[in-house]
Amino acid sequence: MSKMDVTRRGVLKTGAVAGGGLMLPTYLRAAGHEGFTNAPTGSTVTLGFNVPQTGPYADEGADELRAYELAVEHLNGGGDGGMLPTFSSKALEGNGILGKKVEYVTGDTQTKSDAARASAKSMIEKDGAVMITGGSSSGVAIAVQGLCQEAGVIFMAGLTHSNDTTGKDKKANGFRHFFNGYMSGAALAPVLADVYGNDRKAYHLTADYTWGWTQQESIAAATEALGWETVNNVLTPLAATDFSSYIAPVLNSGADVLVLNHYGGNMVNSLTNAVQFGLRDKTINNKNFEIVVPLFSRLMARGAGENIKGILGSTNWHWSLQDEGSKAFVKSFGTKYGFPPSQAAHTCYVQTILYADAVARAGSFNPCAVAEALEGFEFDGLGNGPTLYRAEDHQCFKDVLVVRGKENPTSEFDLLEVVQVTPRAQVEYAPDHPMFAGGALGTCNPGA
Amino acid sequence: MFGLNKKDTSLLLVVAALTLFAPFILNPFPTDSGLAQFNAGYPDLMQRFVIFGIFAVGFNILFGLTGYLSFGHAAFLGVGSYSAVWMFKLLSMNVIPAIILSVIVAGLFALLIGFVSLRRSGIYFSILTLAFAQMSFNLAYSVLTPITNGETGLQLTLDDPRILGVSATADGSIPVTSLFGLEMRSTYEMAVGGWNFQFSAGYYLCAIIMLVSFYIAVRIFRSPFGLMLRAVKCNQNRMRYTGLNTRPYTLAAFVISGMYAGLAGGLMASMDPLAGAERMQWTASGEVVLMTILGGAGTLIGPVLGAGFIKYFENIFSKINDNVLHQWFSWLPDGIEDFVVFIIHPFIGKGWHLTLGILFMLVVIYLPGGLVEGGQRISRLFKKNKSSDDGAAAKTTPAE
Repeated sequence: MSKMDVTRRGVLKTGAVAGGGLMLPTYLRAAGHEGFTNAPTGSTVTLGFNVPQTGPYADEGADELRAYELAVEHLNGGGDGGMLPTFSSKALEGNGILGKKVEYVTGDTQTKSDAARASAKSMIEKDGAVMITGGSSSGVAIAVQGLCQEAGVIFMAGLTHSNDTTGKDKKANGFRHFFNGYMSGAALAPVLADVYGNDRKAYHLTADYTWGWTQQESIAAATEALGWETVNNVLTPLAATDFSSYIAPVLNSGADVLVLNHYGGNMVNSLTNAVQFGLRDKTINNKNFEIVVPLFSRLMARGAGENIKGILGSTNWHWSLQDEGSKAFVKSFGTKYGFPPSQAAHTCYVQTILYADAVARAGSFNPCAVAEALEGFEFDGLGNGPTLYRAEDHQCFKDVLVVRGKENPTSEFDLLEVVQVTPRAQVEYAPDHPMFAGGALGTCNPGA
Repeated sequence: MFGLNKKDTSLLLVVAALTLFAPFILNPFPTDSGLAQFNAGYPDLMQRFVIFGIFAVGFNILFGLTGYLSFGHAAFLGVGSYSAVWMFKLLSMNVIPAIILSVIVAGLFALLIGFVSLRRSGIYFSILTLAFAQMSFNLAYSVLTPITNGETGLQLTLDDPRILGVSATADGSIPVTSLFGLEMRSTYEMAVGGWNFQFSAGYYLCAIIMLVSFYIAVRIFRSPFGLMLRAVKCNQNRMRYTGLNTRPYTLAAFVISGMYAGLAGGLMASMDPLAGAERMQWTASGEVVLMTILGGAGTLIGPVLGAGFIKYFENIFSKINDNVLHQWFSWLPDGIEDFVVFIIHPFIGKGWHLTLGILFMLVVIYLPGGLVEGGQRISRLFKKNKSSDDGAAAKTTPAE
């Protein structure tokens, strides 16, 4: 009998639900009328900030989140406006985006593609985010970019340096302000040749994922063109924390330069291991042994402490830059948090502003309209000098900084000195360059 | 009904009702209210609930019945995902061939690993499976990069062949996974008052497959084969002394639970066509053990509850940030508000592991039978009250 009870209840429930569903005014996707995913209907618009809060890139993630919060504050008219006054486009008025107050949701990518996609999906499906931004790993950025393309929202990549993000994995809904491995190679190689000579043997330790692969390829190609020889390239797991077993073979390889294609916590650990092994005091082939870290950031410099002194690398932006935009950003970030922003914070802040500006210029949150407004957009005043958002691959082109770990830092933040500002023309490449070939943007997807 | 006894039938019907009405049950708070943070009724999370439910139900067939604790089940999930994504890349975007292939490949893989690992029992078996899983993870992560795309994860691209489908849709984007044309991502939204219920095609496909696998699990539990597995758990030596070879039984259980894991992996890839190596990591294997123990090992519905519990924490608690907390406690005076937020801060956001760990400890210490035992205790409490009422009534009616 109890069996029948349950079935009957089930039948009744189903009937009631079906009836209710038919009678009540129902519609497909609140956004359906607007013709794109998560069209903001109320007085607010929600952005999704998806950053690593745990894992090897957690430091960068925390700084990115600070920058996002600052950007939201400035967009809503709070604070001192940061880079809004110095930005060449004046479409933003400090009243949110298109008059809608900016709200945000945050998530943890855990530096894992799966977790990052789950987090981004919940932002899109549950919180109604109309734009996703963040990521501090190229693997994650590429995975989330793919998701945003399918879901029909804009993805503004945060810190992702792999060639593939705007190369073979580029997507019509994805945009990157940060520079990439090729640009690092093109900017860094001439300086390396100047300082260390044209006759060097390089040994690469490379983080084993898309960013490591493409950066290693870029650096090797750029240095080999200037006469260097690449002795070996060893791939290390992203999750590794101890690199001593990878350092020992370097000594016996005959190489006189160690290139660490590592970032974040990885780089801090591998550099510390390398210095502990006394690599920098060695003389090989009558040359002083050198270490190069192609992608540098102040957060890493702080983590590595003393070991960073004198080491060359490249960076997207540094807080000591003296243009108006950088000064304004450092000032408002410093006022709010008490220390200068990292390059990760800078690129994330700029991406948020660029998105908001594109929406304002397009007059719509529709991803296709936003994409059109961003494509081929030339701007200035955001800290990197005149910059172009290239339409062919959604990559920003701007000057690249070559930096060196300071020998005599004046404060705990003054860890890097800018050696050279490599002009934009030197780091530009054709959209179909072999290192970037093999992908297609596809067409912009506005979703449902 | 369906060859089940009365109790199991009602259990199956309860599970069916829970899964089919999940979009309502999991969305108890209106969208605009402050408590909407705790709503879990959006397609991605609901899909995760049932997919990990399948995974845990399958794991329970091995662990709950035979007592063999496998620490490498995530490997089968990962293998299933990779096979499914390759099917999408090579054959078509229809989910059926992908799911079938993922079950078969995971089954074969389980046969191989089980054949070796089941030579030992107890902790040695656990270590062997852990070793195999870690090996598969490392293979997927670096050695087999051409097949698995390493850390980035295997993804669809515009130039995949897809011989039975199209490489790219007419408007130049990657086609989406579908069931004979029904797109997995298509969602019907129903706005009722302040509520917004989402019915996703993908979720209902997963839910139906989950019900079928749950039904099969019930049948296995109640079958002579299931009895044999329980006997293995009870006293394997005694079974051997009676002249029975237990190996075929344990191996069959291992392969079946591996196929369940493969099915879960295939479904995951069908809902979101990406397969990452971290799905095979030992932490993922540990997670399913947690799910099963948290829910109640050896019970039918326990693993499903445990899976839901853990996924809920992972996805809901990890998204609460300080901002949200300040909104909740804004009615408190300033100093106290900051203090309360400061106290709660370590338990939310990235601290969700901590909250989950504490709850897990409490469950294991006070409810060794998992959430199911908790439910039983509560129902016993109610039954006691009820039976005392009944007792008064019973006196008036003659007993049989």
